[in-house]
Amino acid sequence: MEWINIVIQGVLIGGLYAMFAAGLALIFGVMRLVNIAHGDLIVLAAYIALMTTDTLGINPLLAIVVVVPIMAVIGYGLQRALLNRTLGDDVLPPLLVTFGLSVIIQNALLEFFTADSRRLRAGAIEVASFPLAEGVWIGVLPLLQFVVAVAVIGALQLLFYRTAFGRAFRATSDDQSVAQLMGLDNRHVFALAMALSLAVIAVAGVFIAIRTNFDPAIGPARLIFGFEAVIIGGLGSMWGTLAGGIILGVAQAIGAQINPGWQLLAGHFAFLLILALRPEGLFPKVKG
Amino acid sequence: MPEPLLEVRALDAFYGDFQALFGVSLRVAAGEVVAVIGANGAGKSTLLKCIAGVISSRHDAIVFDGESIGEAPAYAVVARGIALVPEGRRLFSSLSVEENLLIGGQLRRPGPWTLPRIYELFPALAARRHQPSTSLSGGEQQMVAIGRALMSNPKLLLCDEISLGLAPIVVREIYARLPSIVAEGSSLVIVEQDVVQALKAANQVYCLQEGRVALAGAAATLTRETISAAYFGA
Repeated sequence: MEWINIVIQGVLIGGLYAMFAAGLALIFGVMRLVNIAHGDLIVLAAYIALMTTDTLGINPLLAIVVVVPIMAVIGYGLQRALLNRTLGDDVLPPLLVTFGLSVIIQNALLEFFTADSRRLRAGAIEVASFPLAEGVWIGVLPLLQFVVAVAVIGALQLLFYRTAFGRAFRATSDDQSVAQLMGLDNRHVFALAMALSLAVIAVAGVFIAIRTNFDPAIGPARLIFGFEAVIIGGLGSMWGTLAGGIILGVAQAIGAQINPGWQLLAGHFAFLLILALRPEGLFPKVKG
Repeated sequence: MPEPLLEVRALDAFYGDFQALFGVSLRVAAGEVVAVIGANGAGKSTLLKCIAGVISSRHDAIVFDGESIGEAPAYAVVARGIALVPEGRRLFSSLSVEENLLIGGQLRRPGPWTLPRIYELFPALAARRHQPSTSLSGGEQQMVAIGRALMSNPKLLLCDEISLGLAPIVVREIYARLPSIVAEGSSLVIVEQDVVQALKAANQVYCLQEGRVALAGAAATLTRETISAAYFGA
């Protein structure tokens, strides 16, 4: 029974990792940009959620509707003003610029909010749980977070494969120069992709802020989880990133059960194992 | 002489330090088919890329519908009504046949071409509409590429080497469809290495040689000898 509990906890936290990963995979897929500042943007979203709940006095879960559009606008602006200028044949400039952005965001957060650990209070829902079976308990908040993650991933999948918007993303991803012949301005398409990516991690940022303590320095670790989930899942489908997140979450939960110090290590092992055995990931992109 | 639909005026084009076109001038009247022929590396594809805005050129070097568009980027040029069928087809590999056509029409320029009309023009595509574009034969892929360009309802359609790598029977089939495209009101510029095919389809012919116009005239008036001389150099 204990192990069932652990696997369930791992699956539920995996939803959060899948949201980190979906944002990363989205922009890598569309514009081949590896966003080193991704984790710090998640933390930025958590702080924006903190400010929102402080000033408006609303429930953190409700703050999602405020944080998501703010992050989307930041994403669009960031891409148009800065990141588009770094894109080209060379992969190095976007890496360097987003690395610099990561440092800037961390230090700006440190300046404004200090290094103190913060947390959002969502009330009774934080500790609420219900029994699934004899000895198996599910927390309401982790479950809600997982359900939201699945809904976000499902919505992204639909958007990508069923709408004109997604068609434009996929076409631009396939062949940038021909996409322009279709009347697509790729600077705008890229900015929309970044806006979408940050909207997704805004949701993730709010849930992190409710579930755990956060401070300005926790971004890079979230970036690593996101990367690992992307690589485990592969770039072929949004459901792959969900699978990647869940595998990472379960591996960490099992590791932590064996020895509390092995939580992160077990996750990294699972990642390395997939990388060694199936480097294209579980759901690879089909090559044309 | 009426105002032409497209006028290219003394166009120079460069790839870095390498100059690919030297003072190329060309006119396309509405409803006309213009063939651009020439050997490999003569600058035919470069000319089309300049017109389509893939390569930026001097502002007044390309005048379309009375407006200078030399500096306009490709996505703005297609919005004005010039569509390019790129060399090698370049279909979007992760999109289905129908999605390739739909993205060609994503600007929603009004005009005669719609999905059903494209399937009418190329009936072979209708049955394959939901297949990945990569699963099609070369000829079918070429039809998708032409259909994708038509979906933007262009006033001017630029076709870069649409016979490349295709069996002669398939080439004939595709060329047989061009008159219906012209009949719907599009002018055509076709770039071809297959001179016989180009001469049959075109009203006007321009022959490029090493980035310069070596010969220009009505297709009916040009003889084999003059074309041969312009094609290979004297």
